Amino acid sequence: MYAIEYQRAKSIAEAAAALARTGGKALAGGQSLVGAMKLRLANPGTVVDLSGLAELKGIKKEGDALTIGALTTHAEVAASAVVRQAIPALAALAEGIGDRQVRNRGTIGGSLANNDPAADYPAAVLALNATVLTNKRKIAADDFFKGMYETALAADEIITAVTFPVPKKAAYVKFPNPASRFALVGVFVAQTGAGVRVAVTGAAPHVHRSSAIEAALAKSFTADAAKAVKIPPDSLNTDLHGSAEYRAHLVSVLAARAVTAAG
Amino acid sequence: MGASDLNSIGQSVRRKEDYRFLTGSGQYTDDINPQHHTHAYFLRSPHAHARIRSIDTAKAKTGPGVIAVCTGDDLTGVNGLPCGWLITGTDGQPMKEPPHPILAQGKVRYVGDGVALIVAETPDQAKDAAELISVDYEVLPAVVNPAEALKKGAPAIHDGAPGNKCYTWALGDKAAADAAFAAAAHVTRLDIVNNRLIPNAIEPRAAVASYSRADDSYTLYVTSQNPHVERLLMTAFVLGLPETKVRVIAPDVGGGFGSKIYLYPEETALVWASKRVNRPIKWTAERSESFLSDAHGRDHVTHAELALDKDGKFLGMRVQTTAAMGAYLSTFASCIPTILYATLLAGQYATPAIWCEVTAVFTNTAPVDAYRGAGRPEATYVVERLVHAAAAEMGIAQDEIRRRNFIHKFPYQTPVALLYDVGDYDACLDEAMKMADTRGFAARKAEAAKRGKLRGLGYASYIEACGLAPSNIAGALGARAGLFEAGQVRVNPTGGVTVFTGSHSHGQGHETTFSQIVASRLGIPIESVEIVHGDTGRVPFGMGTYGSRSLAVGGTAIVKALDKVIAKGRKIAAHLLEAAEADVEFGDGKFTVAGTDRSKTFGEVALTAYVPHNYPLDKLEPGLDETAFYDPTNFTFPAGTHICEVEVDPETGVVQVVNFSACDDFGNIINPMIVEGQVHGGLAQGIGQALLEQCVYDKDSGQLLTGSYMDYAMPRADDLPSFKVATKVTPCTHNPLGAKGCGEAGAIGSPAALMNAVHDALSAAGVTYIDMPATPHRVWSALQSART
Repeated sequence: MYAIEYQRAKSIAEAAAALARTGGKALAGGQSLVGAMKLRLANPGTVVDLSGLAELKGIKKEGDALTIGALTTHAEVAASAVVRQAIPALAALAEGIGDRQVRNRGTIGGSLANNDPAADYPAAVLALNATVLTNKRKIAADDFFKGMYETALAADEIITAVTFPVPKKAAYVKFPNPASRFALVGVFVAQTGAGVRVAVTGAAPHVHRSSAIEAALAKSFTADAAKAVKIPPDSLNTDLHGSAEYRAHLVSVLAARAVTAAG
Repeated sequence: MGASDLNSIGQSVRRKEDYRFLTGSGQYTDDINPQHHTHAYFLRSPHAHARIRSIDTAKAKTGPGVIAVCTGDDLTGVNGLPCGWLITGTDGQPMKEPPHPILAQGKVRYVGDGVALIVAETPDQAKDAAELISVDYEVLPAVVNPAEALKKGAPAIHDGAPGNKCYTWALGDKAAADAAFAAAAHVTRLDIVNNRLIPNAIEPRAAVASYSRADDSYTLYVTSQNPHVERLLMTAFVLGLPETKVRVIAPDVGGGFGSKIYLYPEETALVWASKRVNRPIKWTAERSESFLSDAHGRDHVTHAELALDKDGKFLGMRVQTTAAMGAYLSTFASCIPTILYATLLAGQYATPAIWCEVTAVFTNTAPVDAYRGAGRPEATYVVERLVHAAAAEMGIAQDEIRRRNFIHKFPYQTPVALLYDVGDYDACLDEAMKMADTRGFAARKAEAAKRGKLRGLGYASYIEACGLAPSNIAGALGARAGLFEAGQVRVNPTGGVTVFTGSHSHGQGHETTFSQIVASRLGIPIESVEIVHGDTGRVPFGMGTYGSRSLAVGGTAIVKALDKVIAKGRKIAAHLLEAAEADVEFGDGKFTVAGTDRSKTFGEVALTAYVPHNYPLDKLEPGLDETAFYDPTNFTFPAGTHICEVEVDPETGVVQVVNFSACDDFGNIINPMIVEGQVHGGLAQGIGQALLEQCVYDKDSGQLLTGSYMDYAMPRADDLPSFKVATKVTPCTHNPLGAKGCGEAGAIGSPAALMNAVHDALSAAGVTYIDMPATPHRVWSALQSART
């Protein structure tokens, strides 16, 4: 690890100011950032630790909206009775992230800000048509994810919470990379107030909606309808663990399995 | 407790060593922190193949906390690392042994090749300094695939090895094999890749080297499976130091699987540099370094053929293998694809004619050497894939084709040099089939088909040669060392026993198993026995632990030393009991005058040896401390049958291992729990090879693409079923314990069993061949190709 300046923020405003001043990185659970720093792949100069900010923690349900604080850990989301009752697919997704250690440290805000192309939460946020709340504004899911590890966040912008409208039904099915167990492909299917939304992670350089499967499921919310969709492999990833063709095939298969799981 | 209760042979005694391991009080190399120690970091080559035009270390030397920066140019008087096994080729020429410098000299030959050693006050300062070193590389084309490396025009890796060839070697009677094929009713042919593996012991390699000006001596703590061999090679061949001036200690070691047998550049460089900086130096590999620089395993490309008569009797086998050595010859690299591979191609079968030719080649990759099983998994894979395919092609049941060809008479001389002493192959096959419920398979397959899944059943009847090794045979085959083992039994004055063994435990549980042997033989409690290993300063000599040899060879050396202790004890007891030595018997911890109740306990005799007031000093020395060296007269031949059942999801290509049954014959067993643990671990590693693990270098750049757990898939608990294991016993005929060895069997039988099951499952869908690992993507792709 390269030497860094470490700052523990006492307020969101102080954290934002420190990020603006130093050009450093915000530290939430550290499950991606600290690993990259240890390998000398990241050299942020300054790290602004958000973990003391109580206002970024917690889960609450108000009406048809579930709001999860940015610093809420995956383990807390997975175990939350409120989440399990309102959006069981989201609790199940959280329970399937990484391993126990990661789930006890990693946070929803950190995962979204990092926007790893194979992370699970971005698929949930996009499919559930969630809203990302920051210290500056509210960002609709469709506007948040910009590219590989890229989001709409400004350098001094901090995610404070995510609000999920409760869907009619939803499910997430992940096909894990045999080595890393990140999503080789993960598909989140949701029947929402805004219609059927299908988000795909792992398959492409960044999370995206599958309009073809959404259209098919809007007509008939059945596994067969999802499976019948042929996804073009053109823009999908090829690596050691799967060709673009394989990933394209898995998108339809997993979407079908998610429809079945959604009940 | 009566004395006979002290006989714990065959009992699952809880492991003595687990208290310290489970409570975090083990002492590993990285736990050793000599006063004022410094830290080393190795700058490694980012290129697979490049000429070094120049290295500028000036800036690095002035970095904060930097004590020394050394490169290959500084190594005056330091030789390269030796290879311990000379293979003589079919052309009568010795294998090519290009220099293996401990830091690159003139050229780098794989990504991770050591270029500079930086010694600094902290690990981060050493790393920072490494970034200040500027190396001017002339990047050269690289070749990573063994078959490609042999092609005309392939990049030349060593000047002294034209065509990248290390040797071409052969075993068996080619004319006889050719004649068998000419007469065959059926020939099965396979082209097989045995995938390259990265060992991944839980503890990365580490070393702490100290120099003492007081007596011009060195102490090296190192993650080694055989500290005496490490010392011998390092002092005599590389550094030119007297053995007496170097003490090598391998303390608790967290797994080896072969990867810690070898003398590596890093610890050698540390010992050398410790005198230069006159302070202790510590190095612990980071996991990324382990991936790059630990010796890898397997990496064979093979064409294999089996000739059969119309009844499925094997007539002959021909095997041609290209084996990767990597960029340099590691300590035992040359003997793995030859002596430990071709000799095993008879398997459990009475195949009359076998011929095998092996070409070993250099590639721009990390060195390849022994990895759990070492040659024997590769041989088993060839034989058992051939047998499976032949049975499938000829419509013979998998158990039936094996039974028709099993060896039934022992001793059995194979056509590939080995003399099997004993075995009962049908017994293991029968038991494995029972455990696997092979009779119920058809119903389970039909049920799976209803769910759209493909089920398959795969057999592997493996054999291995363990108990390495009769030194005269090994020497005739090219070994540059003996392969005996040493054991010393020191009876202390109050009857406690300290055993010094040349074997080394890095997960095998020797402290328990060896204690059981000693306690049972002497009739004393296990708690009274202390096992000392892994220290050249305390243990008389040792050849170390690998090749499932520790019980059969190391254990026997202890038994031989115990025999000497008991023989001397009888003399002392005869004196005390005023009886003739010939009339004194030893049993249940007592020396007794035959036919009387007059006896002396073992403790009384021990005390007398050290307080010799009433003692035959005119005939016998005081003390009770005996050493034995044991050199086996033959290899041991553990064997068994593994049966694997898989279910394939054709939609995703996922292979699930739903059932795995292993019945093994390890000879006599001292501690069944430890044996079972060894089998479980071996099975996990073998299933890992077949299903998940694969080391991949980019074919153009030579970069290691599977350089972390993000891309290198290790088996996890949920990849594995609950194993069914059993043993059958035919005791080894030529060592007093009747033991054969159990450490590698799991990894030897399981890849073939699993892949045979995968082939069985996929055959219904028209897939005829698939290589390891059977990843979802690969299985799905094979199914797609079969459909079109």
